[in-house]
Amino acid sequence: MSDATSRSLRMTRRGLRPAGSRRAFLGGALAAVAGALATGCGREGMEAFLQHNFRELSRDELDRIIKRLEGEAKRRYGKKIRIGKEPAMQGVVFGYALDLSRCIGCRRCVHACVQENNPSRSPEIQWIRVLQMEKEKGVDLEAADAYYNPEEVPQEGHFYMPVQCQQCKNPPCVKVCPVGATWKDPDGIVVIDYNWCIGCRYCMAACPYGARHFNWGEPTVQPADLNPETHYLGNRPRPKGVVEKCTFCIQRTRKGLYPACVEVCPTGSRKFGNLADPKSEIRYILENKRVFVFKGELNTQPKFFYFYGV
Amino acid sequence: METLRTFGHFTIDSLPLVLKGDRYYYAWVAFLLLLMALGGFAYAGQVREGLIVTNMRDQVSWGFYIGNFTFLVGVAAAAIMLVIPAYVYHWGPIKEITLLGELLAVSALVMCLGFVLVDIGRVDRFWHIIPFVGRLNLPSSLLAWDVLALNGYLLLNWTVVTYLLYCSYTGKEYNKSVVIPLVLSSIPMAVSIHTVTAFLYNGLAARPFWNSAILAPRFLASAFCSGPAILLILLQILRRTTRLKVQDEAIFKVAELMAYTMGFNLLLTVAEVFKEFYSNTEHLVFIRYLFFGLKGHNGLVPFAWASILTGVVAFLLFLIPKTRTNWVTLNIGCVLIYASVYIEKGMALIIPGLTPDVLGDIYVYRPSLTELLVAAGIFAMGFLVFTLMLKIAVPIMLGEFTGRKAE
Ligand code: SF4
Ligand code: SF4
Repeated sequence: MSDATSRSLRMTRRGLRPAGSRRAFLGGALAAVAGALATGCGREGMEAFLQHNFRELSRDELDRIIKRLEGEAKRRYGKKIRIGKEPAMQGVVFGYALDLSRCIGCRRCVHACVQENNPSRSPEIQWIRVLQMEKEKGVDLEAADAYYNPEEVPQEGHFYMPVQCQQCKNPPCVKVCPVGATWKDPDGIVVIDYNWCIGCRYCMAACPYGARHFNWGEPTVQPADLNPETHYLGNRPRPKGVVEKCTFCIQRTRKGLYPACVEVCPTGSRKFGNLADPKSEIRYILENKRVFVFKGELNTQPKFFYFYGV
Repeated sequence: METLRTFGHFTIDSLPLVLKGDRYYYAWVAFLLLLMALGGFAYAGQVREGLIVTNMRDQVSWGFYIGNFTFLVGVAAAAIMLVIPAYVYHWGPIKEITLLGELLAVSALVMCLGFVLVDIGRVDRFWHIIPFVGRLNLPSSLLAWDVLALNGYLLLNWTVVTYLLYCSYTGKEYNKSVVIPLVLSSIPMAVSIHTVTAFLYNGLAARPFWNSAILAPRFLASAFCSGPAILLILLQILRRTTRLKVQDEAIFKVAELMAYTMGFNLLLTVAEVFKEFYSNTEHLVFIRYLFFGLKGHNGLVPFAWASILTGVVAFLLFLIPKTRTNWVTLNIGCVLIYASVYIEKGMALIIPGLTPDVLGDIYVYRPSLTELLVAAGIFAMGFLVFTLMLKIAVPIMLGEFTGRKAE
C-alpha cells in the first residue's frame, strides 16, 4: 500500500472513531431488528449485512471480507478467483486518449472489455458504447446511432466515437452519491464499493456520459467466461441491485498493464498512460495533437481525451 | 411519569375508535388492505428478481416510483397553505383544517418514504442512509439532504399532531409556547422539503431539462395547487360523514388562494417553455419529445397536453368567483388540477428529463404491472394511515373523545 493511501485510510479511521463506537452499538441493535432482511442467514450473512464502507475498513477487516467473497465466488462458480486490493501507485494519474481519425467502429474494445471485466452477460451490460456519427454533422448526439449494424465498418461519411467512463477530475457521480459509495482514488480512477452502494441510481442521473450501469437483474456470468484475476474495486463479481462502471481496468493498470480495450484495438486508436509523467505518450498527445473533451461545457474535466491523430 | 401513563391511556383508548365503524368504513379499510396485499406481493417479486421487473433501464433509470415520490413531496409541503392563514393571521375557520393538513402531510410523507424504499436496488442496505449509523455524503449530496429534510418534517408534523390531539384528549389547553414555534418552523421546513427535492434534479448539469433555475419555484407553485385540491374534497367528505363542522367560508378561502398559486404555476410553465423554444438550442429536444414526440415516439404527447389543458381549465374555474363557489364546478376544478399536477410530476418531469438519454438514445419507458401494483399498494398504505389517524382525530376535535382525567 502506498503511503498516501494508507495515510488517508488512517485519517478516515481516526476521524470516525467516536462515530465508530456509537455505530457499533446502533449497528448491533439494528442487526437484531433487520436480521430477517439480511440476504444470507447465519453469521456470514450478518457480517455481510453489517459491513461498512470500504474506506473505513481496517486492513484486517478487508482481508477477512476478501476471503469471504472469494469463498462465495468459489461456491457459486466452482472456480477459484483472486480479489486484489492493490492501491493507487504514487505519482501516477491515469489518462486516456482516443484517436477519432483512426477508430473504425469495429467494437472489439466493447467485447474485450466484457471478457475482462465480468459484467453480466444476461441481462447484458456493456461499459463501452460506440456511437456512429455523421461526418457532416460532427459530434451531434441527436444524429448518433449506437445500434449500427452494417456488413462492414467503417461506413462512408461516418466516424465513430466510443464512449465510456471519462474518469472525470470533477465527477458529478461522486458528488451526488448519498452514501459515499463511489469516490475518486488518488490515481484518478473513479471506483464504486459494490458492498456499500444502495442502488439509488442518483449517480446514473448525474453522469453526462451514460457510463454507469445498473444490475437490474441478478448478474450472470458462465464459470467458463469468468475472469479470475480481479480487483475489489473493479471486476470482481457484482451482486444485483448495484451500479458498476469502467475503472480503466484497475486490476490490470495498477499492475502496470494496459486496459483490455487498449490492448485489443486493431487500429491503435487507443492510448493510455500516466498524466503525471511528462515523458509519457499521453502527455505527448495532449501537447501536440488537436484534443477535445466530450461535453467540456459541463466542467466535469474528463481524463479521457479525444484527438485527431492525422 | 404521570404524563407517560396518560399517554399510555391515550394510545389504548384510541384502539377501539379505530376498530369501530360502519359497513362503509370496513369496506374501505378492507379495500385498502387488499391493495396493500397486492402491492406487497408485487414488491416481494421485485425483491426476489431485482428491479428488472420494472420497465426502468440504464437509459431511463428513474421512473414511476420517483415520479410519485416527487408528487407526494408536493402534497406534504402543501400542508402549510393551511398553516399559514390559521396561525399567522389567527384566522378562525381554518384552524381545524390545519390539523387535517398536518395529518395529510404525515401520510403523504409516509408514502414518499415508501416510494424511495421500493426504488432502491438494495433495501437490505437502507441503513446506509441513516444519519450516524450509516454514512451520509454531506454536504455534497442533495439526496442525503433530502433524507434529512423529509424525515425531519415527518417528525415535526407527527409531534405537533400527536401533541395537539393528546392535549384535547386530556382536556388541557395546549401549551402555546411549545406549539406555535413548532408550527411556525414547519413553514420553512415545508418549503425546504420541496425545494430540496427540486434541487435534487435541478443540480444535475447532465440533464438540461431539469437544470433550470425556476424548477424549485415551479415545484412549490404546483404543490400549492394540488395539495389543497385534495384537502378541499376531503373536507367535504368529512362534513358529510362526520359531525365535523367546516364552514363554507373556509373552503372558499382556500380555493381563492389556490387561484393565485395556479396562475403563478401557469406563468412559470410559460416562462420555461418560452425560454426553450425561443432560444432553440439543443436542449429543446426534451420538450419536443414531451409535447410533440421524437422520431416517431410520441407516447407522452397526449399526457403532456392533457396536463396543460386540465391545468388551464381548472385555473379558470378557480379564478371566476361564481364557479369557485359552486360545489359542482369547484369539485371538477379540484379533480382537474389534481390530474394536471399528477401527470406533470409523475410522467412529464422524470421521463423527459431522462429521454433522450445522455448519448441521444431514446428508450420508451412505460411503467410495468409490478410498478403499478407496488405504487397502488403504497397509496393504499398512505390512505390507510390517513384514515386511521382521522378516526382518532375527528372525535377528539369534536370533543367526544376525552380521557380519564376526571378519575
Ligand atoms: S464519466 Fe460519469 S461515471 Fe465516469 S467519472 Fe464522470 S460522471 Fe462519473
Ligand atoms: S447507485 Fe450506488 S453509487 Fe450510485 S449514487 Fe446511489 S448509492 Fe451511490
